[in-house]
Amino acid sequence: MESVLTVENLSISFTQYVKGLEKRELTVISELDLDLKKGEIVAIVGSSGSGKSLLAHAILGILPENATVEGKITYKGEELTEQRKKELRGKEICLIPQSVNYTDPLMKVGKFVQLSVSESKEEAKKRQRKVFEEYGLSKEVDDMYPFQLSGGMIRRVLVSTAAIADSQVIIADEPTPGLDEKALNETLKLFTDLRDKGCSIIMITHDIQAALKIADRIAIFYAGSTLEIANREDFCGNGEHLRHPYTKALWMALPENGFHTLTGSQPSPLQLPKGCLFSDRCHHCDEHCHVKRPDLESVHSGKVRCVKATIIHEHAHEHDGIIHTHKHVHNEGEEEHVS
Amino acid sequence: MSISVENTQLKAAKKSGNLRRKTIITIFLCIGVLAFVTIAGTMVSHNDLITDFTSKNLAPSMSHLFGTDWLGRDMLLRTLKGLSMSIYIGIFACFLGMIIATVLGLASATMGKHVDSVITFVVDLFLSVPHLLVIIIICVAVGGGLTGVVIGIAATHWTSMTRIIRAEVKQILTSEYVHVARQMGKSRTYIAAKHIFPHIFPQLLIGFISTFPHALLHEASITFLGFGLSPHEPAIGIILSESMKYLAAGYWWLAVLPGLALLIIVVLFDVLGDNIDKLINPKSMHR
Amino acid sequence: MNEQLKFIGKKVLRLILLLLAVCISTFVLMDLSPVDPMNAYIGGNAMKLTQEKREQIEEHWGLNDPMPVRFVKWGKSLLKGDFGTSLIYKRPVLEIIKEKFSASLVLMLIAWTLSGLLGYFLAMISGAYQGTLLDKGIKGYCYVLMSMPSFWLCLLLIIVFSVNLGWFPIALGTPIGVLSENVSIWDLAHHIVLPAITLSVIGIASITLHTRQKLVDVMSTDYVLFARARGQSTMSIIKNHGIRNTLMPFITLQFLSFSELFAGTVVAEQVFSYPGLGQATVEAGTKGDIPLLLGIVIFSTIFIFTGNLIADILYAVIDPRIKKGVQL
Repeated sequence: MESVLTVENLSISFTQYVKGLEKRELTVISELDLDLKKGEIVAIVGSSGSGKSLLAHAILGILPENATVEGKITYKGEELTEQRKKELRGKEICLIPQSVNYTDPLMKVGKFVQLSVSESKEEAKKRQRKVFEEYGLSKEVDDMYPFQLSGGMIRRVLVSTAAIADSQVIIADEPTPGLDEKALNETLKLFTDLRDKGCSIIMITHDIQAALKIADRIAIFYAGSTLEIANREDFCGNGEHLRHPYTKALWMALPENGFHTLTGSQPSPLQLPKGCLFSDRCHHCDEHCHVKRPDLESVHSGKVRCVKATIIHEHAHEHDGIIHTHKHVHNEGEEEHVS
Repeated sequence: MSISVENTQLKAAKKSGNLRRKTIITIFLCIGVLAFVTIAGTMVSHNDLITDFTSKNLAPSMSHLFGTDWLGRDMLLRTLKGLSMSIYIGIFACFLGMIIATVLGLASATMGKHVDSVITFVVDLFLSVPHLLVIIIICVAVGGGLTGVVIGIAATHWTSMTRIIRAEVKQILTSEYVHVARQMGKSRTYIAAKHIFPHIFPQLLIGFISTFPHALLHEASITFLGFGLSPHEPAIGIILSESMKYLAAGYWWLAVLPGLALLIIVVLFDVLGDNIDKLINPKSMHR
Repeated sequence: MNEQLKFIGKKVLRLILLLLAVCISTFVLMDLSPVDPMNAYIGGNAMKLTQEKREQIEEHWGLNDPMPVRFVKWGKSLLKGDFGTSLIYKRPVLEIIKEKFSASLVLMLIAWTLSGLLGYFLAMISGAYQGTLLDKGIKGYCYVLMSMPSFWLCLLLIIVFSVNLGWFPIALGTPIGVLSENVSIWDLAHHIVLPAITLSVIGIASITLHTRQKLVDVMSTDYVLFARARGQSTMSIIKNHGIRNTLMPFITLQFLSFSELFAGTVVAEQVFSYPGLGQATVEAGTKGDIPLLLGIVIFSTIFIFTGNLIADILYAVIDPRIKKGVQL
């Protein structure tokens, strides 16, 4: 299927001043890749500080001025220049922001949502009312201020800002935290509904469980880079279908898989390891991993940035042929099932 | 690849060096000019300002850059003398203000709720009357003179610094390392000397430099209005107040040039404060 | 509604406390003053009095009583509306304050309105074009104004507009030799222009810098970032979010600026010889007119506090978050 949005080899760095006015370059995202196909939901999963939100800001061209972006972002086969981003944002590419902080505290939410519509005021009002109705927000809500709404209602208001704009690509930044089970499912339903209308959605989250409920594919971010892009079906059993040790660790850390938490923490952008970013926490790490950053390579209808994944894969091919072949068939079967 | 990386790092280092160097050079330039004005003003003696009716009311020229007044005195020398006098008063008053701020700020942060609320009320009290009026009242109460000006200015330039020190000390006292120091049985004086003073000292320095321009302006205003110093003293406010009598006669230089000199001194102090602040708190760069 | 009343009640209580403290401290300070109280209360001819007469008067005024007793006496007469008699004007203090303040009020009102409008406008432009040459120009202009002695600005304007161009009179609120009843509006206007301009120019700097900073803060909030993500232009962001979120702080600041306004008026009236409360303050101070000075201090405290109170009330009435009784 054709890609709507692709991000290749993206890196973002900031210029900062520290004590005594020393200047330094801080690279927060490096070698980040992602692609989004028409009508699918891709979840970006990573812990905070992994560069998830910055990716969204880079796609929309709203990074602060001391940021430098390198790499290539393409939208419908056409490179997204800063000028093009300006034209498309809020129209074809929309952001659903993460919290109440993204609403104007002194503006009634009805009017706030209407600002997403560039047509006449009456048209904006009409469409806003319609969207609110769909999302179960009564007429009184129009005239309320953000501080008067509950977390679930705020979420629906924020989603309305994108739903009202007929967008092709929606980037939802952390849409789920702080919601109870019911509100969470309602919110996720809003996203699947939008996808069914033909939207492509990037859902940025640190909640892998929420991601698995609706996403078609899942990209794992770590220390500003993509470690793996996996299919939803790969997350099963003991994670034997997952390609990267970090993804496996994330999967095994879930309550239902036994809470096997990973020790250590994500490296700071100031002290990235020379080789693989995950090398200092990885059980499979050896001298090969310290040589250079591994490239993102296709393995098993997914992508992974790990030297070992390929070696293990070949290894499995030589000695464990039967099991491997079996796995392969199994995978292909699932792919068919998805499409 | 590695060469280009080194190259950009080198460039960044150079750029950072430039900004750092620029800031330090600015600081030294400001200090240099201010020190020059103060010392030069001090060196001007009464003999340099004797009446000379052969050269009265001269417009600025090469021999008298600021012109001369109605008694034939050189206005540049008078201005320098007046500025240095005002700077001394300002420094002294500011210093007093900082002492008040330190004492009250520390008391407010460490001596319990009641002391804290009393001091907060006093701060509010001083903010609820215009500063100029407070200085006037104090000048009248003290009976005029240098004392009145100094006390008046000191009394109006401690409030914001008190708040800053209070907040700073409170924050330090709740911090982890003070807890550790306490548990290790260190004395109060040890904690104060080792943890509190090193932290509030830079704040006091910045506070002093940023309060000084205000003190200078207030000093000039109050002497201009005729409070405090006697008309024979060469304070900058008095020079400007005298010039008012000669405005209609068209002797503009009597008012324009000394005032301009005062403005430049104030701006230099502002620049000095900003640059020292930049060096100590780099976050202010992004403002 | 209850919340708001409580809020305002607290503020008024604070005013009363502050006012009491101001009265006590000023009274004590004035008492320390070396100005001869006989002179202060009766006038310059105290020297001519006989010893007997002097003692009689001292007895009458209670000058030999201990300070607290005198303070209570003074306080009682204050509450009755008797602020004493001005030494230099030989008339009741309250009357003088009323008369002088009404002259100053016109001046202050013009300056306050002008500096508010212009300051807000400049702040919006400066904040919207943050970092550009225009912004730097406006900022630099404000910084220079802040560093400028206000009386010197008065002198400069006199030199340019009165001495060189001859557009305005050099001094005095009304023309010399004309009875106050015969002064026309035009004369008044003519004399008020220059001091009013000076005062507004002085006031613009701080309102512009503060409001600009507020707008810069708003422009770096998450909701403005989201507005950019929604494709809004800078102009429409200012229109939708900028003005909405800076207007209240601006109005508050305007009402909080009464203190600076008063100080500015003192200086400007002195330079332009404008017969208002500011000039009276300086005269009372230099000539040791203690009853008048005390009266002016109390009046100015009330004046400034009124400004603060209006700001607080406006906040309580306008801001939807306080209006709905939400703890911020």
